[in-house]
Amino acid sequence: MTVVEHQGQTDAPRPAPPPHWRPRTDPVPLLPDAEPYRLLGVAAAPAKPGARRTKASAKKSPAAAADPALLRRLYAELVRGRRYNAQATALTRQGRLAVYPSTTGQEAAEIAAALVLQDQDWLFPSYRDTLAVVARGVDPLETLTLLRGDKHTGYDPHATRVAPLSTPLATHLPHAVGLAHAARLRGDDVVALAMCGDGGTSEGDFHEALNFAAVWQAPVVFLVQNNGYAISVPLDKQTAAPSLAHKAVGYGMPGRLVDGNDVLALHEVLGEAVLRARTGGGPTLVEAVTYRLDAHTNADDATRYREAEEVEVWRAHDPVRLLERELLALGILDEDAIDAERERAEEFAAGLRARLNADADPHPEELFAHVYATPTPHLAEQAEQLRAEREAEAEGAAHDDAATHDDERESGR
Amino acid sequence: MTTATTVTSTPTTGAPKPTTMAAALNRALRDALTEDPAVHVLGEDVGTLGGVFRITDGLAAEFGDQRCLDTPLAEAGILGAAVGMAMYGLRPVVEMQFDAFAYPAFEQVVSHVAKMRNRTGGRLPLPLTIRIPYGGGIGGVEHHSDSSEIYYMATPGLHVVTPATVADAYGLLRAAIASDDPVVLMEPKRLYWSKADWSPENPEPVEPLGRAVVRRPGRSATLLTYGPSLPVCLEAAEAAVAEGWDLEVVDLRSLVPFDDETVAASVRRTGRAVVVHEAQGFAGPGGEIAARVTERCFHHLEAPVLRVTGFDIPFPPPMLERHHLPGVDRILDAVARLQWEAER
Ligand SMILES: Cc1ncc(C[n+]2csc(CCOP(=O)(O)OP(=O)(O)O)c2C)c(N)n1
Repeated sequence: MTVVEHQGQTDAPRPAPPPHWRPRTDPVPLLPDAEPYRLLGVAAAPAKPGARRTKASAKKSPAAAADPALLRRLYAELVRGRRYNAQATALTRQGRLAVYPSTTGQEAAEIAAALVLQDQDWLFPSYRDTLAVVARGVDPLETLTLLRGDKHTGYDPHATRVAPLSTPLATHLPHAVGLAHAARLRGDDVVALAMCGDGGTSEGDFHEALNFAAVWQAPVVFLVQNNGYAISVPLDKQTAAPSLAHKAVGYGMPGRLVDGNDVLALHEVLGEAVLRARTGGGPTLVEAVTYRLDAHTNADDATRYREAEEVEVWRAHDPVRLLERELLALGILDEDAIDAERERAEEFAAGLRARLNADADPHPEELFAHVYATPTPHLAEQAEQLRAEREAEAEGAAHDDAATHDDERESGR
Repeated sequence: MTTATTVTSTPTTGAPKPTTMAAALNRALRDALTEDPAVHVLGEDVGTLGGVFRITDGLAAEFGDQRCLDTPLAEAGILGAAVGMAMYGLRPVVEMQFDAFAYPAFEQVVSHVAKMRNRTGGRLPLPLTIRIPYGGGIGGVEHHSDSSEIYYMATPGLHVVTPATVADAYGLLRAAIASDDPVVLMEPKRLYWSKADWSPENPEPVEPLGRAVVRRPGRSATLLTYGPSLPVCLEAAEAAVAEGWDLEVVDLRSLVPFDDETVAASVRRTGRAVVVHEAQGFAGPGGEIAARVTERCFHHLEAPVLRVTGFDIPFPPPMLERHHLPGVDRILDAVARLQWEAER
């Protein structure tokens, strides 16, 4: 007997899938939207830049449904954030900060990240995210010690629930997962929100952190600020994925794509992700599509890798102006309120400037103080050596001083 | 000395009986998990399987799959997550499956584990232990026999310790877990199945990390060694008796902190020293040790400090490893080169 089996025509039962094969989740709900999610500026856009929107179109704004107090708070934080960026950038020119990676243009994502967290939650910032740290309530001076160069981490991570600013890209993301996992083991209501840039998503630690978080269902939110460039390298040389939010799907977590200049949309999407984590729903990856208007840092020449026209397009989609226009149209803000907010931001900058203009005076003994709980014998020896050197130096200086005084006396002054 | 971590023994019952180093390490983990709920073991295959060397055997069954946690296969992720756990007050004990497979986590070791206390002005100490089975002599294929201790020794902020005896395996692992600083515990995998009469009911008092110990007193010369090379040195010392040489053998146990005092006292007594280890000689641990000995004992030295080490090659295929690993003959040759016939 010859049986000719034609594909698809046999009644023989299909072999059962191997036991470890499981269609865990329909990927479709995990996939991000095709377009970045937006709330601001979606009501009938003004005909010309700067034109006032009509009352009728303003009524359709989703912002109209938001709590006006929240909107004012977001606006105040954005204005202050913009000023903070400008001040810190100016301080690098004066040599008061060694370097400053500005978030001008990215303020919305920074502010939203800080504001969606509760007190007990933890923020895991990258080196660029000083503004998020300040918006969380950490003393801006302590936030800037890393960039000023007097201390690595100025603030107390436990007291502020803010991890040190991470310089090696994406390496802090697994820390957020571990901390969130530990908190859940302890039965504590703690969510960790971890931030990185578009370039950081190419690092192995990014992949490992997302995978761990999803497998452990850890209460973590990953916020990627896609500002278009990793120093000079544009996104299309960084990844072939349709969006960075798409990366979530492969790990089994939802990816959300948001307009990163729309502080209200970010607040909503990040807020949902934090709630999801808090209520046992596991991690979420949020991609905020934004733009860095300044150069990578003050040491970078952005004209080498991007066109001025591109910058102008994004300048027109400025996160501060975006909310401001909406709130003016809604009547939640008027010009006086805007002036008052700018005034407050100015005072904040003046205070920061004054404090940073005071010289930092890190003590050399700090060098050995925090390498180990108790210095090893050879560190103790080295500390002693430095102490002796400094003593000799001080004695030398006193001797020189005395000599100068003698000279002065001799010359009859 | 440093990181004073004295661990009290666990009183139970029973007489000393032949015990492997693997069993002593297992016992140390079990006792630590029992005594402190903050202790968590994590790594690849540490749960149901009990680790590829069975060091974590039975722990998941006894303490649950969260206290002894099978992780996804990703060393940087494992160690990075352990950093976060330690930030939250847990005491993670990470198992790296083999020496050469810890390298993907090296970025976490150097940039975060070793530096977190320092970066945060002492406010975020990381009490975590990294267990790394290391070294050759078990016929492993490539990437299973590296002596990677120098990478960790060269990284300020880490403690690096390595047991050579069953009792020390227990004691050093307990002390490592109790330490408020990160400790890299290099476990000599070829000694995992070495046995000694040992009773966990009476562990020898566990000393603070950072103490070397004289394993065999002698007068002619000092062999400075640790981990897998200790039994080789003890064997060499016995063989040397026939030559009329009375060798002292010092087991360093702790590479960071380094016990200059015990080492210098020994070399001053004997006037001669040979450093013996499996790792490569060039830019290897022996260079640092020889320099420290020379700085402290120059006027007591009758000969230069010599090194007997593995060759400066990637670890060889198993059929050739016996040529690479320092053995008794090579040690005795070095001792002969210390030239005391001329002196005595
Ligand atoms: C592991 C690592 N590699 C390289 C660098 C040097 N570096 C600093 S910032 C940067 C670009 C990062 O780009 P992205 O992740 O997009 O973040 P952004 O700076 O745009 O916020 C690079 C390559 C680094 N800090 N860490």
